[in-house]
Amino acid sequence: MRVALFATCVNDAVYPSTAIATVKLLERLGVTVDFPAAQTCCGQPQFNTGYRRETEPLVERMTRAFEGYDYVVTPSGSCVAMVRDNYPRIGDKARAEGRGTRLKDAATSLVPRTYELTEFVVDVLGVTDVGAYFPHTVTYHPSCHGLRMLGLGDRPRRLLEAVKGLELVELPGAEECCGFGGTFAVKNADVSTAMGNDKVRNALSTGAEVLCGADNSCLMHIGGILHRQDAPQRALHIAEILASTEEEPAA
Amino acid sequence: MSGTFVGMPAFPKAAHEAVQNVTLRRNLRHATHTIRDKRAVAVAELDDWDQLREAGKQIKDHTLSRLDHYLVQLEESVTAAGGTVHWAADADEANRIVADLVKATGESEVVKVKSMATQEIGLNEALEAEGIAAYETDLAELIVQLGKDRPSHILVPAIHRNREEIRDIFRSEMSAWGRPAPDNLTDSPAELAEAARLHLREKFLRAKVGISGANFMVAETGTLVVVESEGNGRMCLTLPETLISVVGIEKVVPTWQDLEVFLQTLPRSSTAERMNPYTSMWTGTTEADGPKTFHLVLLDNGRTATLADEVGRQALRCIRCSACLNVCPVYERAGGHAYGSVYPGPIGAILTPQLRGTQSEVDASLPYASSLCGACYDVCPVAIDIPEVLVHLREQVADQGGKGHRLEKVAIKAATWVLDNPAVLAVGERVAAKTRKLHPRKIPGPGASQWTNSRDLPEMPAEPFRDWWKKNRT
Repeated sequence: MRVALFATCVNDAVYPSTAIATVKLLERLGVTVDFPAAQTCCGQPQFNTGYRRETEPLVERMTRAFEGYDYVVTPSGSCVAMVRDNYPRIGDKARAEGRGTRLKDAATSLVPRTYELTEFVVDVLGVTDVGAYFPHTVTYHPSCHGLRMLGLGDRPRRLLEAVKGLELVELPGAEECCGFGGTFAVKNADVSTAMGNDKVRNALSTGAEVLCGADNSCLMHIGGILHRQDAPQRALHIAEILASTEEEPAA
Repeated sequence: MSGTFVGMPAFPKAAHEAVQNVTLRRNLRHATHTIRDKRAVAVAELDDWDQLREAGKQIKDHTLSRLDHYLVQLEESVTAAGGTVHWAADADEANRIVADLVKATGESEVVKVKSMATQEIGLNEALEAEGIAAYETDLAELIVQLGKDRPSHILVPAIHRNREEIRDIFRSEMSAWGRPAPDNLTDSPAELAEAARLHLREKFLRAKVGISGANFMVAETGTLVVVESEGNGRMCLTLPETLISVVGIEKVVPTWQDLEVFLQTLPRSSTAERMNPYTSMWTGTTEADGPKTFHLVLLDNGRTATLADEVGRQALRCIRCSACLNVCPVYERAGGHAYGSVYPGPIGAILTPQLRGTQSEVDASLPYASSLCGACYDVCPVAIDIPEVLVHLREQVADQGGKGHRLEKVAIKAATWVLDNPAVLAVGERVAAKTRKLHPRKIPGPGASQWTNSRDLPEMPAEPFRDWWKKNRT
């Protein structure tokens, strides 16, 4: 089984700890992970802002970078949704515009091999107890892409519930968007902030020490508000919780 | 506030005001969450909801793909049943047809059933210019009309008003339009409803002309359908001598069997009812009962152009249930007026730019008025993939290259170039990491401040992941 990590641009540049945790977690579960250096970004920001043609080189790059791997695993729900939902659309439109089937073929090749981390662990590896240790109170924000586009369902919850020492508390209004939304966060900063503030209010009402999610872009937004408010809670990616052990606890 | 949406500012600017309005936020939060929760219960009662949703989608798609055929069939059926069909290419033509029809009756006032199509074309204002008074009879529309306000929700146009505000509007405005509100009117729902009932009853009994829209038109028999909760629609559809219905061409369904699907999904999606209290259906005219004259004005007003767009055309499936508004976190915080159209919320953000084009500031800003969270798509009873259409419309707006988009395109192209060159990207990441101590968590100036006004930036790491990998795993 050849498994490649798609770290994502955000994790590569800003949250390497999440990508490192993903590597350590998968290795602990007996998976040999590779990191093809040709990878960069899935193109989600470009595409969702209305720049489909500017996304195309990145679709091709992604496909080239991950050629030959059985699985492409990424700790980002929204990047998986980008590949699954939008790569085929990009391919279809390119074909309809008379530019051949290259992008369509790229999508067809990459889509079935691309997995979100919790999906891969639960569905492919068949594991829910990953042997993690994290002695903190945690609340889980499911993020829209994981919740509605990928249908991750209770996979993250089952993984968290099996973590030793972890107390999982319910997040009120969990299914509501945090207000990040990519460039929405700056194009409609007022509404984005109002949504984020409500999410943070709900998160703080749980009394949890940690707000956990499976998408660092959402956590950058929620965490940024928490940090600004000097709140007694921090945002942390689920990979870092699942990678944490008694011998090597999360930072 | 004026009664028209002309000249509205871009969505972010209008929303900037709205998010700071504490009363509005409270009214909207309370109302949308209540109706949202009730809808979920009503939908969960049906174990074939997913099939109904798929059937509704397919019926609409099939009808839209043969719209020319079904509209001609509808015209024949309506004509055979004693009605007269008029075709209006745009708002001006529809307004002119209706005004001429009313004038031909010699009347100078009409009663109206709640109708999105007549709001879309600004019929009330057009009639007023011709010296014809149009009275809204739906309770919420009455509140909006009396308050010289604009609707902010498709189903509940006065959702932004609370009981105290409604009492004040009734007290100060009703007398100018007809029977005044009682002096001692309180804000109890029963008293407010009674005041409206007495005020409206006079108008129902006097009016010789009724104007409506329709939720559905059945091509095989020429039957029009209006579903409603208050019974005001039934009054307007049966008491006047002349009935004029203005209906968008996408409202046609082929058969009664098709109608059956929507009569299940619409009430549960909109008011969380198993069945709406009033379902009025009429086929042309009848000798002994109801209006003696019936006119159907079929309205295009941008719909044919929308139909030509392979991705955008799914917006024409919409049955105006409002479920997408009630689950939308952006609508909940920005309110309906910020969308600058009679169609607010997620459906408005994809419908308005298609019906009106994206030339005005507000219309060009609508496709961006969403975090693409997908809650709207989940609840849509005809499975309109609203996020897909939003992104598709963003592409059109970006291509048209208006305000801000030319610079944005340059920046996006530059970003793609960097991201298509991992070596360049790695250099950039290393520079950012090496200078991490210098990065502030708050940045002044336009653009960056849009982020940092409310959110700290994350701390930059000591090294990018790709360097960690190189050191530790290769």
